[in-house]
Amino acid sequence: MRLLIANGYVIDPSQGINAGKDLLIEDGRVAAVLGRGESRPEGAEVFDATGLVVAPGFIDLHTHLREPGQEYKETIASGAAAAVAGGFTSVCAMPNTDPVNDNPAVTSFIVEQSQTVGLANIFPVGAITKGSKGEGLAEMGEMKRAGIVAVTDDGRPIPSPGLMRRAMEYARGFDLAVMDHCDDRTLAAGGVMHEGEWSLRLGLRGRPALAEESDAMRDCALAELTGARVHLAHVSTRGAIEAVRRAKERGAQVTCEVTPHHFTLTDAACEGFDTNTKMNPPLRSREHVEAILEAVADGTVDAVATDHAPHHADEKALEFDHAPFGITGLETAVALALERLVHRGHIGLERLVELFSTNPARIFRLADRGTLRPGAWGDVTVLDPDLSWTFDASRSKSRSRNTPFDGWTLQGAAVATIVAGRVVYRRERSAVGGRQSA
Amino acid sequence: MKAVLNQKHLLGIRGLSAEEITHILDTAETFREVSEREIKKVPTLRGRTVINLFFEPSTRTRTSFEIAGKRLSADVININSSSSSVTKGETLLDTARNLEAMSPDLIVIRHPSAGAPHQLARVCRAGVVNAGDGAHEHPTQALLDALTIRQQKGSLRGLRVAILGDILHSRVARSNAHLLTTLGASVSLAGPGTLAPPEFASLAVGGGLRVESRIEDAIEGADVVMVLRIQRERQDSAFLPSLREYAVHYGLTLKRLRLAKPDAIVMHPGPMNRGIEISSDVADGARSLILDQVANGLAVRMAVLYLLGGGAGALNVSTNPATQAKVETESSPEASTESLSAAVAAAHADSSKS
Repeated sequence: MRLLIANGYVIDPSQGINAGKDLLIEDGRVAAVLGRGESRPEGAEVFDATGLVVAPGFIDLHTHLREPGQEYKETIASGAAAAVAGGFTSVCAMPNTDPVNDNPAVTSFIVEQSQTVGLANIFPVGAITKGSKGEGLAEMGEMKRAGIVAVTDDGRPIPSPGLMRRAMEYARGFDLAVMDHCDDRTLAAGGVMHEGEWSLRLGLRGRPALAEESDAMRDCALAELTGARVHLAHVSTRGAIEAVRRAKERGAQVTCEVTPHHFTLTDAACEGFDTNTKMNPPLRSREHVEAILEAVADGTVDAVATDHAPHHADEKALEFDHAPFGITGLETAVALALERLVHRGHIGLERLVELFSTNPARIFRLADRGTLRPGAWGDVTVLDPDLSWTFDASRSKSRSRNTPFDGWTLQGAAVATIVAGRVVYRRERSAVGGRQSA
Repeated sequence: MKAVLNQKHLLGIRGLSAEEITHILDTAETFREVSEREIKKVPTLRGRTVINLFFEPSTRTRTSFEIAGKRLSADVININSSSSSVTKGETLLDTARNLEAMSPDLIVIRHPSAGAPHQLARVCRAGVVNAGDGAHEHPTQALLDALTIRQQKGSLRGLRVAILGDILHSRVARSNAHLLTTLGASVSLAGPGTLAPPEFASLAVGGGLRVESRIEDAIEGADVVMVLRIQRERQDSAFLPSLREYAVHYGLTLKRLRLAKPDAIVMHPGPMNRGIEISSDVADGARSLILDQVANGLAVRMAVLYLLGGGAGALNVSTNPATQAKVETESSPEASTESLSAAVAAAHADSSKS
């Protein structure tokens, strides 16, 4: 089976390609990147990418798929459908399911379920501790054998520095990255939004930036001590960015991701008490958003990840204090990054591809992903950077609708998603998950 | 000057203009007289339904809203629920939709979570009055405080107001900070460092808001000293070492009150912890207006229910004093739909017939 993606503009930072090329995929793997003059193979199905950008498949390092256990919010099938509709060929599934993915049986269930669904590649991420309770270590070695690509207690950060040290030392032996949601719970003190002028004004309890920063500083120091690979999830404050920048300068193996909502919105968005502006880490104030944009541009940030966190409408209909943290993000991430990062001049398209594909593959060591080298998996994201469209949450592929971006008109979109040489998503003229406008 | 209450709901003081606030206060002034009559009732809201939806224990505010509604002849229903939607199993919005199906005209809501009235207002056709939401706002309290100050001092412009105590968790402090600075007073907030964050000063526009770390600095030269209730549970969550220490260092005593202007007045939103945030000799002293606040609370709530509940011409009322005077002297029935005072006068006349 051959697929020729013809007439597109190929951007692949892993090979330094940034030129008009054709891409040939054979039996699920990249066969060749062909120059414009080179002869095209016969008998291949042709995908005409005229005017479009062709990139190695986008990888989301941070997705909550909710299966097993909370299928009313999302399933592996619905999450995978939302992923490919948003341009992601691979997603990394967080372990805070019910039961928690802290043993090889749950890991195997996720792997098998993903293969049945078949749309996107799903890479499970295991828990650091049993039940993510922050006590004993989970069986990382057994889970790795079953298919996990990293470990994290996302959403339930490990309070004990001593335990985190052991986790890093142990994970290092299996070459697993330790991903941490930095959040000191005593400083966060039950806050429901960023602590600052807006939390004071709205009378909502605030989580100070320092709650994230103190854990980020701790993790960076522990990364130096242990030599482990440490990945900081959804970094949202100036101080946490600074901690990562310094750790990198000192040669620690620290990487970090940022989310589209943290570079798009500020805490002022909470003004109307819309619970779709409630997430953790919370939307921060302007100075933190600016720090993130600088760090995206100067290379401190390694990846953009969604922290796609579906919740049922009934849960989000509660009071701001009681509604769960989190928003969906798979279908808006690429568009928000194109609009807010590329079109506003912070980065170019090549850096965008690094943030969504090259670097995520490197951070979680996803073999033969994040690149279009011959022999790599034929995972491709096709972008129309200038397409103007309006996101309609009611037509989302996700089972949940908890997004603050409903009704937003955005410039730029993934228009096709190809996994192992198979076109699994193609944006129609009357696009699903969004209306196209002029 | 035309003052228009451009609101369907009263969710907070923030966002109200000086004209709108003054308009509500002026309206409240006209309603004070109703409570002094032998028959304390006007038919202004006859046939209208007001639901008091209280998710937090409250005696003072709920009773005040209930009596206000009844004196305006509205049908008033009280629903008290000490549980939030989480424990009850029914969401706030389900409760709202159920009430909505009974076609109330106004819903007065008190809720422990900030923003609950805003969420209600988004799904309800009825007007929503915020009777206190978490630590966010308590607009009618600020209005009754302003009315009380205005009666004593004539105007709020240029006054110095001290607000003492647990600023961080206080909806009263927030609503007052917005209202008092909007009407031209300068406000000094003070309390323990855990409960009076310096960042609070940025909340009001125009720089009329300061945060002092010593309460003496806030009281010094004040025209008005407002004392906030201290919640006993603050000592369990490391905000305070003990109530005893609080009383010694942050309580309003006669000695501290001497730092204020000689004619300074003392206010408290209630209920008071005597001997903790306020000493009894201050609370019961000649400068204490705590009971005036309660009386004014009724007048303010009548005004708010009237203005939001579709009293004649309520939403577009001329407050030009000249026009008012003219209407009052002429008692012109033709003008009554345009003028608030005329509408009130007509309502009063109506009630005296019945």
